[in-house]
Amino acid sequence: MSNFFSIFNTSGSALTAQSVRLNTVASNLANSSVGAPTPEETYQPKEVLFQTVLDRNNPERADTPVRVAGIVDRPDEPIITYEPHHPQANEEGYVFRPAVNVVQEMANMMSASRSFEANVEVMNTTRQLLQRTLQIGGQQ
Amino acid sequence: MSLSLDKALGISPQALLVRADRTELLASNLANAETPNYKARDVDFRDALSQAAGRGNSLPLKRTNDRHLPPDTAGAVDMPPERLYRVPAQPALDGNTVDPQLEHAAFAENAMQFQSSVEFLNRKVSGLKSALQSGGS
Repeated sequence: MSNFFSIFNTSGSALTAQSVRLNTVASNLANSSVGAPTPEETYQPKEVLFQTVLDRNNPERADTPVRVAGIVDRPDEPIITYEPHHPQANEEGYVFRPAVNVVQEMANMMSASRSFEANVEVMNTTRQLLQRTLQIGGQQ
Repeated sequence: MSLSLDKALGISPQALLVRADRTELLASNLANAETPNYKARDVDFRDALSQAAGRGNSLPLKRTNDRHLPPDTAGAVDMPPERLYRVPAQPALDGNTVDPQLEHAAFAENAMQFQSSVEFLNRKVSGLKSALQSGGS
């Protein structure tokens, strides 16, 4: 029954991964309208890469936690606007803003929070099942 | 009449172990619901249980010569049940085959079946207890 405890590890890793994803969404949304005078100084929208953790010594293991393989910058071109009176405009009067798609980020956020909820539910159910198992043969 | 505790409990302990293994697999599927190239897996409960009970449906090894080594049946019973891959209803672009709704349903179903196995075991244990205590007091 020791494998039952590894569910907490698996689902817990998913909770961590989803919260990292939620964090990047928050960062993208928070910086969505930050202007800069050059494309290089513009905030780059971030994206999270997920990866399955495989046990090389025992590939037939049932538990496969997930981990964040990395946070990458999305190579989207910044949005250029002509605002000569903006304090961050360059000599030609252009301001560069990150190409953050708010709708896409919101959808990403909802997906992350649903996954988070699902894994919390899995952990709750597992805890109940474990408690039941421990009470086998006990007082009715 | 001798009392064997193993026989008295029937197949419920093995069923519980297979259910626990399946719970773990389904939890992994849900945890990796958004991992690219992850393939959802599950076990065939009937096969897994018959294997866990030592009655695998695989063809037994036949020895054609007495000098052949006998098959290691004790080790075969300990083998984990075969993990199959789910056939996705809607393939995703990133190679992930997890259908969260399906996995949720399977997880809930498996949890209920686990609880009923626990309940069976509980009843059997209390039956045994009352049988053991009936001569005393």
